[in-house]
Amino acid sequence: MALKFTEDHEWVLLEGNVATIGVSNYAQEQLGDVVFVEVPEVGSDLSKGDELAVVESVKAASEVYSPVSGAVVAVNGELEDAPTLVNEDPNGGGWFAKIEVSDPTEIDGLMDEDAYKTYIEGLD
Amino acid sequence: MRYMPHTADERAIMLQEIGVGSVDDLFVDIPAEARLTGLLDLPLHASEMDVEKNFRTLAGKNLSPYSAPCFLGAGAYQHHVPSVADHLIQRSEFLTAYTPYQPEISQGTLQALFEFQTQVALITGMEVANASMYDGATSCAESVLMACRVTRRKKAILSGNLHPHYRDVTRTTLQFTEFEATELSPTLEGQEDFEAHIGKDIACVVVQNPDFFGRVQDFTDLAEKCHDAGALLVVVVNEIVSLGAMMSPGEMGADIVAGEGQSIGVPLSFGGPYVGLLATRQKYVRQMPGRLCGETVDQDGQRGFVLTLSTREQHIRREKATSNICTNAGLCSLAFTVHMSLLGETGFTNLAKINHSEAAATAELLNALEGVEVINDTFFNEFTLRLSANASDVVEKLAAKGILGGVPVSRLLPDAEVDNLLLVAVTETCAADDIEKLVSALKEIL
Repeated sequence: MALKFTEDHEWVLLEGNVATIGVSNYAQEQLGDVVFVEVPEVGSDLSKGDELAVVESVKAASEVYSPVSGAVVAVNGELEDAPTLVNEDPNGGGWFAKIEVSDPTEIDGLMDEDAYKTYIEGLD
Repeated sequence: MRYMPHTADERAIMLQEIGVGSVDDLFVDIPAEARLTGLLDLPLHASEMDVEKNFRTLAGKNLSPYSAPCFLGAGAYQHHVPSVADHLIQRSEFLTAYTPYQPEISQGTLQALFEFQTQVALITGMEVANASMYDGATSCAESVLMACRVTRRKKAILSGNLHPHYRDVTRTTLQFTEFEATELSPTLEGQEDFEAHIGKDIACVVVQNPDFFGRVQDFTDLAEKCHDAGALLVVVVNEIVSLGAMMSPGEMGADIVAGEGQSIGVPLSFGGPYVGLLATRQKYVRQMPGRLCGETVDQDGQRGFVLTLSTREQHIRREKATSNICTNAGLCSLAFTVHMSLLGETGFTNLAKINHSEAAATAELLNALEGVEVINDTFFNEFTLRLSANASDVVEKLAAKGILGGVPVSRLLPDAEVDNLLLVAVTETCAADDIEKLVSALKEIL
């Protein structure tokens, strides 16, 4: 399955019933150098739209919202020592958390890569 | 600003607008017995000269620590502050500087903060310190909040021998959060049984060293027990000079150190302003409250200083700030830094040695008196006496003889059975004849 994107610049990759979540390349460019990422606690239950993480860059602290509902089953521990992974590899090594989704249909309404590209072009 | 009283008509309009009948109605939330009735017993007007004279007369009734033998401690200590500290902090560049955010114009202040942080980290044995807090008590409360954030747990254990004011401030701070504290009872004998309370839901244990009664302890084992349970150890130090003679909290395995820095650079000043110290391990720096000043290089590669990790509400984290502490005790921290720089490592250690040896000698003399027993088996520069009489009465009698003889424990622990206990602090400011005066006065009184 391919990446899906939210209007708040999160991406989701659903594999089985586990969704991996990160922020888009566009978002990391806007944030600048990421210096800290506060990830959620494994086991916490999130509803769609809840705060999933906080990304602190040299110029802002931004919330990352969960695009899906479910329980956090894993977090990216590497971000603690290497928050710049968000800048270097936003769609891969810079992921924040994995959520076991309770309602996979929540992802249906999100943008695919082309639609997201068009969306961010409209923002500039 | 000119004094512009409101007319009766204006007051009536304002009261009507907010829907109350009288000004008194605005104060109904305050219990009647706590409100003033009528005017204070003061003259309605007096000339400036008369007012000055009146206040000088009133001030003259004080027995000042700077004019009498002073053995007061209990969290606020009289030490000699070199006059250069006061002189330097009164330079207008430092005295009037407000919120030094802009590194391009505040290098002096920022460098002083950086030096301060370095000194605090070194003496506490920790890896990183912030640019100061309001005072030791708020620093203690912030340490508990920080430990809860770090561990994502909600409960703290406060030692019964933590300074009562520190407990009060921590309790007050926590009551508006989701966190809570278990407060143990003060104990004069033996060690507290923290282990019975440490569980998987405990964020931290808060201890004080030397404790409220002056006892010095090694908390290495406790640190291990905390860590085994996934909790942090917070060590409070309210006589910071003690760190010149004792094993540092960092060496004991503490995770956070909350200190009161008043002893270095800051006079007693009737209780404030003081300077809170907060130091921790590098791995927890993100959850540290307050400001942190960092060293960097400018575009030409020259050394410079900037505020960094300012996880406070006025900076980038705003409502997501780790703390609502919105300033630091900048000028007091500068005084601390100047005094500490003058002392140097050797001077700081020597100061601690003098404090301890003077206190030990005094304790011995006092313990030999009839009706006096030193209850501490260990102490730095402050110890607790058990007297054969009420300690408050004894202190009053000493004051009548021109001696500030110590702090009755009952003033800070009013609910406990401590009427005969007296806290006595002996610093380098206590001259030999001051000590003699105390000893002979106590001999007469008891």
